[in-house]
Amino acid sequence: MIKGKGIPLAISFLTGTIIIIAFFIPHAPFGSFEEISLRWYSIIAGFTMLLGVDSLLRLHTNKIKRKENHWAYSIVLLFGFLLIVIVGIISTIRYGNAFLTGSGFMYMYDNMIIPLQSTMFSLLAFFIASAAYRAFRARNFDATLLLITAIIVMFGRVPISEMISPKIPIFTEWIMSVPQMAAKRGIIIGIALGAIGVSLRIILGIERSYLS
Amino acid sequence: MNIIKKLANIDRRIIFIVIAIVVIIPLIFKPKFPIVVSEPVQKAYDAVNNLPEGANVMISIDYDAASMPELQPYLEALLSHCFMKDFHPILIVQWQLGAPLGTQALEKIAAEYNKEYGIDYINLGYRPGYVAQMVGIGREIRTYFNSDYKGDLIEKYPVMNNIHNYDDIDLLIGLEAGATGQVWVQYAGARFDQRIVLALTAVSAPDAYFFFQSGQIEGLVGGMKGAAEYEILVDKPDMAVAGMAAQSFAHMLIILFIVFGNIAYFVDKRKKNKAKGGIK
Repeated sequence: MIKGKGIPLAISFLTGTIIIIAFFIPHAPFGSFEEISLRWYSIIAGFTMLLGVDSLLRLHTNKIKRKENHWAYSIVLLFGFLLIVIVGIISTIRYGNAFLTGSGFMYMYDNMIIPLQSTMFSLLAFFIASAAYRAFRARNFDATLLLITAIIVMFGRVPISEMISPKIPIFTEWIMSVPQMAAKRGIIIGIALGAIGVSLRIILGIERSYLS
Repeated sequence: MNIIKKLANIDRRIIFIVIAIVVIIPLIFKPKFPIVVSEPVQKAYDAVNNLPEGANVMISIDYDAASMPELQPYLEALLSHCFMKDFHPILIVQWQLGAPLGTQALEKIAAEYNKEYGIDYINLGYRPGYVAQMVGIGREIRTYFNSDYKGDLIEKYPVMNNIHNYDDIDLLIGLEAGATGQVWVQYAGARFDQRIVLALTAVSAPDAYFFFQSGQIEGLVGGMKGAAEYEILVDKPDMAVAGMAAQSFAHMLIILFIVFGNIAYFVDKRKKNKAKGGIK
């Protein structure tokens, strides 16, 4: 009789094994098992959003209660969260779908979410420029090699380089297709082997850290 | 020496101001640079261009507003290309906050080409759980997308009449700001033999080069430069082409910063070494 920690271990073993078999033999009965599992996965994925919202609200409510550093920003976050939820609900009731053009939600999306997200990402340009100036140093041979390659790629990836010499973009493409790819393939093969190893450990019940 | 020392300790706010100027001025004056089409983008274009008449092109919106400047111009150029050739774009969304971006581009470009919703194109919207979806579409798309983004049953739209699974999709194009593209390759590509083209942000593009080299994807559009190349190919230069000048100057400035930073570093290092030698 399976009981206690044996139950989640058995569930992991069964679902993991079925999904692996179904990948190679997508016919009955494995195909239907996989379909049901994946539908469950979709439902669980939907609920993870609720979990995320709960975690976010708890974190910031506690921050405000304890008056931790920058707690005022948490008020802005909670206010923004409540506002978008309320506008989203009103838009859904009024238009049938919050994502329809002309709804209040879309107004907020166009005028708040897009500028805010774009601004956050755009800040990267400023920080990269500052970091490039302060941290990108030719301290040793490896760093120098990386630095020279980065400069060539950065230069070769913009049209201005083609005005200077058409060979620069070709050389850049070669860097991307040969040395970059060689390193990347090694990393990806390593990650894939690692993922297979960890998956097998979880399926076989050797890796149990997710239970704690 | 004093100048070098000042240069080494330059206030980062000055760097921020300089980069802002270098980005804003080219966007205002729009200087033109020659844009040469690279092989991965040419192949992405060819993959679309050589599709048979009335082909169904599934476009997956896997990005949000943060990556909009890089991917939205490509989406618009791609939709123009599809409508010029009378293909049927089928929009799906894996990143919920990207849904309105897809809708806006689709509505804008469809209006330009007088295309009718539900007959020439459709927007299926967002569903959670992308791995399940990617496998599920391989069997029957209606299992996950039985209604469009407005909640209307897809049966009422003629464009979906003959679309059931990947066998009915001529090309899948993923616009990616994260790792969803790799999952498309793993499931739709490897398992269901779906033809795929990926468009990625510049920072993610190197992650897809090996898929391109191995033939697992047929084309690769990387960042705003890739989008600019595609705009040139469809003969519709727009935002990406305009953004190339700003990107060119910003890259040049960062290279200059790296060079100056290193000069300052070596001068400072030499000075310190000399001082150490003096103490001895």
